[in-house]
Amino acid sequence: MIEFAGSVVAKLIAGFARAVTGVRARWLGCAPEPKQRIYFANHASHGDFVLIWTALPPPLRAMTRPIAGKDYWDADEMRRFIGRHVFNSVLINRNVTSRRENPLGPIEQALSQGYSLILFPEGTRNTGSEPLLPFKPGLFHLARSFPNVELVPVWIDNIGRVLPKGEVIPVPLLCSVTFGHPIRYEAGEAKPAFLLRAQSALLNTSPDKERRHAA
Amino acid sequence: MLLDGETFRVFAAVLAVLTVASLTGFILSRKASGGPAHATIENLNARIKSWWVMVGALAAAFAFGKTGLIVLFALCSFMALREFLTIAPTHRGDHGALFAAFFAVLPIQYYLIGIEWYGLFSIFIPVYAFLLLPALSILRGDTENFMERISETQWGLMTCVFCLSHVPALVTLDIPGYSGRQILLVAFLIIVVQGSDVLQYMWGKLYGAHKIAPNVSPSKTVEGLVGGAVSATLLGAALYGITPFTSLQAAGMAGVIVLMGFVGGLVMSAIKRDRGVKDWGEIIQGHGGMLDRMDSLVFSAPVFFHLIRYWFTV
Repeated sequence: MIEFAGSVVAKLIAGFARAVTGVRARWLGCAPEPKQRIYFANHASHGDFVLIWTALPPPLRAMTRPIAGKDYWDADEMRRFIGRHVFNSVLINRNVTSRRENPLGPIEQALSQGYSLILFPEGTRNTGSEPLLPFKPGLFHLARSFPNVELVPVWIDNIGRVLPKGEVIPVPLLCSVTFGHPIRYEAGEAKPAFLLRAQSALLNTSPDKERRHAA
Repeated sequence: MLLDGETFRVFAAVLAVLTVASLTGFILSRKASGGPAHATIENLNARIKSWWVMVGALAAAFAFGKTGLIVLFALCSFMALREFLTIAPTHRGDHGALFAAFFAVLPIQYYLIGIEWYGLFSIFIPVYAFLLLPALSILRGDTENFMERISETQWGLMTCVFCLSHVPALVTLDIPGYSGRQILLVAFLIIVVQGSDVLQYMWGKLYGAHKIAPNVSPSKTVEGLVGGAVSATLLGAALYGITPFTSLQAAGMAGVIVLMGFVGGLVMSAIKRDRGVKDWGEIIQGHGGMLDRMDSLVFSAPVFFHLIRYWFTV
């Protein structure tokens, strides 16, 4: 019953996101295939993973789980329902002082089960003028432990203006979600080098780059 | 509610033209498979297909009369404004103003047209929105690029909402000897504007050689403009039977509509150029965004409205 309610709410949320943002998916670097992937994206708004999730075709949506902070999504009954039954999120403990187990544990478990993931390697929402914050190391560890999973950079354009941090009501502006060329961990690659490479792969996916070239 | 006799005949004629266009497109694509002209023909066919959808939406709106047109054009305004503000660099501080633009100013403008309050709908956005929205933006205290931000929001509202709302506003005009038929003025305007765009496109593709404004709109040519403008003016004259005008007056009105439409196309293209985008959006297959299809209508609708109001109403 709660599963059914979850799937209905999921459809409503996707429909609403589409109506407000007219979101369009641009598969430039890869095709929408049911491969196991980690989609890593820039993070500017709470609307981010809703948008990626809406942009994915339904069969891919069903096998893709967003990674989200347990502290936020466990805070009340409503969020627990949305986090678990609507988006089927993988909840992780971001609280450094209290964590005893491996914080990546639930993520590794989901990957072992064959799920694709949506991950925001900046760790927090970017509200500054820099296009990207430095990446947290989690992506590196996952890439090294699961070398067969494709890492797909995903640039989300404009959602930060639709629903900026601290705002509750979205304004309708067009958004796009661009899927770039997948990258993989190369054997022996050092952490900082890998994270920089991942970051520039994501920046290269941004349509701002095309616009600058066109202008 | 069904389309009455006169409106029905107009739509029947448009559908006949579309049928011929679709057949021509089909034959062309059979002939030119794989050749260099292929992409142009593919795009042409996508455009024709979208025309069927647009004419269908218009027919549905016409069937519901004034209310139908108001709802349809309010939706068009919404989509156009969304496209416009997407490429306008507003800040976080403008969130309240943007929200008000979409969910207060836009519906109020169309409501005022619905209740036919000319005195207010003709100044609501140019005066009240103009004065009040910047106040909403400055509440957050962000002054960086302030003038640019408020100007762009106002420009978006003027073009996408204010100007465009003059299309359904035509139905509110009180013309002696023409009451109950005003909806045909909307048909006249749209047929002339869009006919002019299509005819300019055709003349340009067939005989175009000299570019008018290569920096702004590389596809516009002198041959396309002159051929399209003359034939669209003649088209307008031929349609005088559905208007309160004589054939000469209808030709004059069509001439003004075509001229304003041309200006609109150029100005809106210049804005796209400034922002480095090719199309406003992708909502209409083959054409681009809502504003790519509406740019001429945006500039011609208010002028057409006021010419009629000045010379033909009581």
